[in-house]
Amino acid sequence: MHEKKTEKKPSSQVSPYSAVGIVAAQSLGEPGTQMTMRTFHYAGVAEHVPTGLPRLIELVDSKKEPKKSVVEVYLKKSLASKESEAQDVAFDMESVLLSEVALVQEDLAGKKIVITLKEGEAKLLGVKMDMVKEAVKKTVGAHKVEARGNRMHVTLGVGIAPKAKTKKQKEKEAAEGPAAPTPLKELRKLTMKVGKSLVKGVAGIKRSVVLKGDGEYFIRASGFNIKDIVKIEKVDGSRIYTNSVIEIEKTFGIEAARNALIREISSVMELQNLNVDKRHIMLLADAMTADGKVKSIGRHGLSGEKAGVMGRAAFEETIKHLVNAAITAEDDNLVGVTENIIVGQTIPIGTGRIKLGMKVRK
Amino acid sequence: MAQEVEKIIEKVRFSLFSPEMVRELSAARIVVPDTYDDDGYPIDGGLVDSRLGVVDPGLRCKTCGGRVKECPGHFGHIDLVRPVAHVELSKQMYLVMRATCPHCHRATVNEEGKPAKGTCPHCSGPLNDIKYLKPTTFFRDGNMMLPTEVRDWLAPITNDELKKVGWNPDYARPEWGIISVLLVSPVNVRPSITLESGERSEDDLTHKLVDIIRINQKLEANINAGAPQLIIEDLWELLQYHVTTYLNNETANIPPARHRSGRPLKTLAQRLKGKEGRFRYNLLGKRVNFSARTVISPDPMIRIDEVGVPTKIAEELTIPIPVTEWNVEECKKYVIATAYPKALYIIRPDSRKIKISDELRKDLTEELKIGYTIERQIIDGDICLFNRQPSLHRISMMAHEVRVLPGKTFRLNPTTTTPYNADFDGDEMNLHVLQTQEAQAEARLMMKVEDQIISPRHGHAIIKPQEDHVSATYFFTKPETVFSKEEAAKLLYIAGITELPKPDEGKEYSGRALFSLLIPADLSMKTTSKLGEEIVISKGQIKKGALESRALGSEILERMFVRYGSKATRDFIDSVTKMSLEALSWYGFSVSMKSYTLSPAAVKKVKDIEDKVNREVENLILQYKNGKLERSPGLSLKETLEANIMMATSKARNDAGKVVEQDFGIANTSIIMAKIGARGSLLNAIQMGALVGQQAVRSKRLTRGYYKRTLPFYKKGDLTARERGFVMNSFRTGLLPDEFFHAAMGGRESLVNTAIRTARSGYMQRRLIHALQDLVVEEGGEVRNGRNAIIQFVYGGDGKDPMLAGSTQFAESAKQDDVDTV
Repeated sequence: MHEKKTEKKPSSQVSPYSAVGIVAAQSLGEPGTQMTMRTFHYAGVAEHVPTGLPRLIELVDSKKEPKKSVVEVYLKKSLASKESEAQDVAFDMESVLLSEVALVQEDLAGKKIVITLKEGEAKLLGVKMDMVKEAVKKTVGAHKVEARGNRMHVTLGVGIAPKAKTKKQKEKEAAEGPAAPTPLKELRKLTMKVGKSLVKGVAGIKRSVVLKGDGEYFIRASGFNIKDIVKIEKVDGSRIYTNSVIEIEKTFGIEAARNALIREISSVMELQNLNVDKRHIMLLADAMTADGKVKSIGRHGLSGEKAGVMGRAAFEETIKHLVNAAITAEDDNLVGVTENIIVGQTIPIGTGRIKLGMKVRK
Repeated sequence: MAQEVEKIIEKVRFSLFSPEMVRELSAARIVVPDTYDDDGYPIDGGLVDSRLGVVDPGLRCKTCGGRVKECPGHFGHIDLVRPVAHVELSKQMYLVMRATCPHCHRATVNEEGKPAKGTCPHCSGPLNDIKYLKPTTFFRDGNMMLPTEVRDWLAPITNDELKKVGWNPDYARPEWGIISVLLVSPVNVRPSITLESGERSEDDLTHKLVDIIRINQKLEANINAGAPQLIIEDLWELLQYHVTTYLNNETANIPPARHRSGRPLKTLAQRLKGKEGRFRYNLLGKRVNFSARTVISPDPMIRIDEVGVPTKIAEELTIPIPVTEWNVEECKKYVIATAYPKALYIIRPDSRKIKISDELRKDLTEELKIGYTIERQIIDGDICLFNRQPSLHRISMMAHEVRVLPGKTFRLNPTTTTPYNADFDGDEMNLHVLQTQEAQAEARLMMKVEDQIISPRHGHAIIKPQEDHVSATYFFTKPETVFSKEEAAKLLYIAGITELPKPDEGKEYSGRALFSLLIPADLSMKTTSKLGEEIVISKGQIKKGALESRALGSEILERMFVRYGSKATRDFIDSVTKMSLEALSWYGFSVSMKSYTLSPAAVKKVKDIEDKVNREVENLILQYKNGKLERSPGLSLKETLEANIMMATSKARNDAGKVVEQDFGIANTSIIMAKIGARGSLLNAIQMGALVGQQAVRSKRLTRGYYKRTLPFYKKGDLTARERGFVMNSFRTGLLPDEFFHAAMGGRESLVNTAIRTARSGYMQRRLIHALQDLVVEEGGEVRNGRNAIIQFVYGGDGKDPMLAGSTQFAESAKQDDVDTV
């Protein structure tokens, strides 16, 4: 009944002028309607980690920081099988702020800050007095610090060099005489700062949990700070993972960010049991990272920098684009799809790119 | 068709109008703040002055002499007695002033290329501190600047200096942002509408222009009368307000100008902006002719690449046929015809279109010759585009062949509902008849349904036998299925096979043998079915196993598409669906209440599971209350309890699932459908037969409603299974009132989520499309964007088309298959 086709087998190569961008956008956008909005739960580390559509939107927006960032840290191969080592590293990583282990009080009359160590909490979190002392010294800078047992006094204004004054202040001073210092305000500011000073651990890392996977123990923690985590001796710096694309871009560069984007988008799709060809995801990631830095989809990123004035005006912020184009006498060279539709011409994509002429017999 | 050389727009340049250019462009100076006189004629010098064009039929334009449709409209102008600032340009003017010197009018950049402070690096004059207060106010060293002062600052700046601050003075100068001559749009742009009562209602823009002229006149009168400066400045500010709202009525910090009814006016910026603005509504979207829309309904007997078109629609839609030496006779037949397949119009070579009326029919038939074009009603086999909104991907619009059918709905083959995401609960779809030969050729070559069987999203079949086809094929290809000679003949005839093969089971025909006739004779493959059986097809004959959704939908279909082409695959889908549906109707495939009734033994087992989960939950709560519950890492005690309870309830449902599966058995239609992937899942069977299970909102047990409980008659703070939304009844036994309420709570969440999701994903897709739409594979195989920058050196890293890459494994493994199964 069926005869095998004798004609040339269709090549699986893409044809020139294929509208691969549109197909990629559709392939990623169309399943959006089928995605669930359920959030994901990393037990003990982060709750309500977005998955599905909200996560996908977060990725294409390439926000500064994901809503719930998570970092996975692996130990050096030789230590990886020991749970206790992993526990140690996890414990070392968790950041502890001064206000968590000590009472920070202001002595308004004495213009002092009184810091009292809360022994119970400190012991539980592995904080010792000298760690506190060091942390406080680091934050207060040149102010005078005295330590007596579990107590510390930071006295304001003793031994601080006056801040370099700006030109304006100098002018003002010349006119009105030196401005009266407001020590109480300074005191309050410093108290807040002291309370937030890092006593122990890696800045930004909050909760961590040791997990077992693939024959070794690894640590999953909320937050991210790859630069400082790598400094921990037992950590294998070559196997660290975070779901923050921006953090990856900052520490490892644009190529790594591209790979992270592909990986993250793929995992969103997989988790929803949606099948999308890798090539579409790659194209999106490549378009977002082509200029050397991660750019978002939308008016502040790729769409806002498109070639044609009319294309940009048709998307968002119509008036702004038209006005700016007018004062610089910008040309729209009609290179995009939107622009050509607006002027009523064939689009420069697909069969629209083929120019075919025929001589008419006279 | 002789085509003239088209004009091609190469580029579009944007610029500003100078006051001189406005005067030059203007056809009339507008001075009267009124439109029509008492007789209904345009007032000279009024806002609908007949020099600005005509909108009323019968009148002629005083500028070009054209009638309503001929005159394109002409601009006018209003001379403002005092100039005002342009809202949208104010910020840019501020930036220029901040960067220039008020004395020597040069850019205040010092030798290092940094902005100078204090004094001008060129003339050493003191620089002013310029402040800008949105939308149109400027301050110089704390004193308000009048627009005239701004203009005096900006006007003397030389072209070279302007270039330094980013302007292109050949096309736009900053002082043109101070409006002294206001351009008045042609009447065509702001036509008035006549209501049924004969009353005229003017456009929003006209209203705004009336306001501007009124204030302008008042201001002039006050100046001439020598009114105090204070009053003049107040009126000047009022004029500024009116001009500002004329340009943009949504300016921040300015109350929008309103219509008498209180509705904010739609002025210039509002006309361009947003979804209903000029760009997105009129320039990127167009209304079209030669299209139709109606409700859709299924017809499994038409081919997948056909669309059933109601006769009424077919009589209305036409297709242009150029008359050539090969089809003159045929065309004449259409012109002379008076019933359905007839021509409605003929078009002479000079493009004059003539409607074929009864009186003209004879003459026109004789007149018809080569070079003419006729517009013929659509007939079977014509190509058209079929579309369902929302058009989320390219397969939301495919090319179908017309099949004229009685009735009033569009008919489509049910297998094509997947790409359109259509169902038949009242969906409507659109049909477009292609009018040029190029478009028709392109549609036939690239957009036909059979060419879209494989989805470009993942490279797997998207148009494939579904639901009943799968169930039927499964039974059909089971080894025990046999048909008599008569039955076999009927089935084969439906599938389009008219030759009866030799019986293979004594006098009877096995279902496999009949089905194998549809499979290409040299196709061989081996796979494992969803039921874990081995399926073997050798040289087009099913040897082992019964076909289920995966074997049928992806394995066979995708192999066929790659090796035998789209037409063969289309025919395969058509004959499989027709044949299987016919066989299924003989077999009688259905469900009844009995299908979901558990045996007494199984009921007991389910009851035990329920008791067990209740006990477990109570136990957990007891542990929690006695403080004996062990906290899970990273969770609070309460969270640990909830997590454990959730685990217990979901385990209960799984246990019930095992009971259901065992008790219903493999012969139960629901179980079969779930297993072969025809429709539904085991969960559906569990919920109907055994118990519905835990209801959840935000992945947590139900807690909302009343204080510490979901319904008022529960004990406050009770944490037991039932109180927190565990539904122990099945859909068959029916839910208790509180269970029903809990089920509704869970149901509502999913409804809300769907509503939010569609809006959010729609916007995301719009952004994605906009960002990626200009990416094209060039001849060298690299991907470039609109700026011609390379995005990928080789598309996808391997240059493969995702649509074809997914299934090419079948092409490459063709030989492998043959060896394996022989």
